[in-house]
Amino acid sequence: MGINFRKETFRDDFTFRNSPENIRRFPFPYHEDAYMYSVNIEPHVPGPKNSVFEHLVDVDEHYVSEMQDRAMVLAEDPLRCQSLPHMTLAGWDLLELLMTEKAASYPEHFSLTREGDRWHWINRPLGIDDTFTFGDVSTLPYGPMEYITRQSQGDFAILDQRDNNLWMDAGMITTQADWSLDFDIGMNFFEWHAPVPLAHEMGVFTRALKYLTNIQQGKPARRLNWTMTINPRLDTSPENFHKWGGDRLTVTPENVGQKVHLRVELQSFWRLPRSNALVFPIRCYLLKMDELVTVPKWARRFHRVLRDLPVELAEYKGLTRYRQTTVEWLSKHDDGAPTSPGFSPD
Amino acid sequence: MSAGTNKLNVTVTEVVAVNELVKRFHFERTDGGNLPTFSGGAHVVVEMRDGDTTRLNPYSLMSSPLATRDYTISVRRDDVGRGGSLFMHNRVKRGMEMVISYPVNLFSLDLRAKKHLMVAGGIGITPFLAQTAQLASSGGNFELHYTCRSESLGSYTEVLRERYGNRVNLYYDEHNERIPLDRLLATQPLGTHIYVCGPAGMIKWVRDTAAAHGWPDDSVHYEHFAAPQPGTPFDVRLAVSGLEIHVGEQQSLLEAIEAAGVDPPYLCRGGVCGQCETNVISYDGTFKHNDHWLSDEEHCSGKKIMPCVSRFEGRSLVLER
Repeated sequence: MGINFRKETFRDDFTFRNSPENIRRFPFPYHEDAYMYSVNIEPHVPGPKNSVFEHLVDVDEHYVSEMQDRAMVLAEDPLRCQSLPHMTLAGWDLLELLMTEKAASYPEHFSLTREGDRWHWINRPLGIDDTFTFGDVSTLPYGPMEYITRQSQGDFAILDQRDNNLWMDAGMITTQADWSLDFDIGMNFFEWHAPVPLAHEMGVFTRALKYLTNIQQGKPARRLNWTMTINPRLDTSPENFHKWGGDRLTVTPENVGQKVHLRVELQSFWRLPRSNALVFPIRCYLLKMDELVTVPKWARRFHRVLRDLPVELAEYKGLTRYRQTTVEWLSKHDDGAPTSPGFSPD
Repeated sequence: MSAGTNKLNVTVTEVVAVNELVKRFHFERTDGGNLPTFSGGAHVVVEMRDGDTTRLNPYSLMSSPLATRDYTISVRRDDVGRGGSLFMHNRVKRGMEMVISYPVNLFSLDLRAKKHLMVAGGIGITPFLAQTAQLASSGGNFELHYTCRSESLGSYTEVLRERYGNRVNLYYDEHNERIPLDRLLATQPLGTHIYVCGPAGMIKWVRDTAAAHGWPDDSVHYEHFAAPQPGTPFDVRLAVSGLEIHVGEQQSLLEAIEAAGVDPPYLCRGGVCGQCETNVISYDGTFKHNDHWLSDEEHCSGKKIMPCVSRFEGRSLVLER
């Protein structure tokens, strides 16, 4: 049975919503009633059926509409997709990874036939049927990274590994939580994380870098990160701050359920075989407060997490303006009952 | 969480005597199909089951990254080593099934380089065989300088010359030929990266000379696997697992820890990657540090040891494992 792709928007009239089945598979990120940074990395292995971890590269009901939104972002601002000259080989690595994973996990939607360097790729949801020569850029309409990431949900940062550091040397970034590829391109791991509060002092980045530079081929890893977004807008970039920054002033007790979204990033980390680079797919999942409270455990827990969040974190995540209104709204869905450990709905 | 790597079940499909000291081994996937793609400079760890002893030795992949039907490695026989190379030479035969790790690259090309200047000594040629194949396929600019003891002991000199013509420069000790390193380092175009793999003395010579010529550190790359050295046996207490272990003369500390059923993370098993770094809880004796990972200060501190290549002599050693 195939996925029923929704037709919806992430801008203007914001018709995005989750089906009841999709709410149940949302990657709720809190395993207890409080949140603090940790290097919460685990092996990226296939997880339970009907979860976002079922396949290593997740495709869901928002796929087609998200790809249309990406195309609109790129038409307005081509610099959201950049690849420094030495990163083309890593782009081919990524194309191979995404095509083989998608074709293996969703054969009804994607297929890949390889005869030597001659590859035939069919993407049925987007109506794409292309034959090309692997390794020959002239046989694709875009560079290999741009070609495949115009067909893949989530942002992609490709990091070159050298001098015991990681360098943000390529990426497709259109669904980001307020950071800019054009600003970060060419930076190393410590430079692009410089704005994050508290974590440097805790030594989080030194440990994380050591771990990431040792990620091995065939052993990808993952972590969850989160923030909140007003209106289901994928493109909350600094470039477009003028379009979405003001949304944060529009939250009222009456519209919290529809306007306020929990935004979870499933970040995974993969070693690319030919280039020895790393790719970080950063997949964004949005959940309306009205949708979140349909799961009583999540309603109780998110209320407690948001209420008790350290002020520096709330400030960094940009939640300050609507945090109190949202906490009050959520408090009506928290009867004080204990919650069970772990992420999943009861 | 252990870093480590996935394993591959392979069958030895060919063993070729390259010369008096070097044999080449070809591995294919036992269940058929292609092996994982890799990048030039990568190594695999080969597991050698020799009765009660299991040795795990890293070897550079020398086959082309573009052809992954098989992997090939070359092993130089070391008659006074701990027996890994002798096992490969004397016991590994065509048709044998073995276990190797996924490829790991700790000696990767810097793809920003405008030119790749490669310096190899002896069996240190193997990673360059893969790297030159990778670069040649994509029009990369490289130049190889390869020094061997004698013409008869020079591995793959002819095949390299045949493939790449005068991009390959050969030097033989028996003819008193020496790489003109000063001239080479003084005349490279801006954006050149240098790569060196060979005996420790050669690596030091190239690094020191490059530094003296003002080359930036991050343009100088080297592969420096120290093979674990045999030594006096010693006893160790593993505090976390509550085990007492004995490290034999021909065994590394890491191998003894593994033989006791404890699995520390590892990647290179040669003292460079840092994965198996282990805290020392207490000791009475002298460390024999052989790694390239810990700083001099850490070597003197008595607080850390790299069990893949380093040893200990003395009355007692307690590790946090």
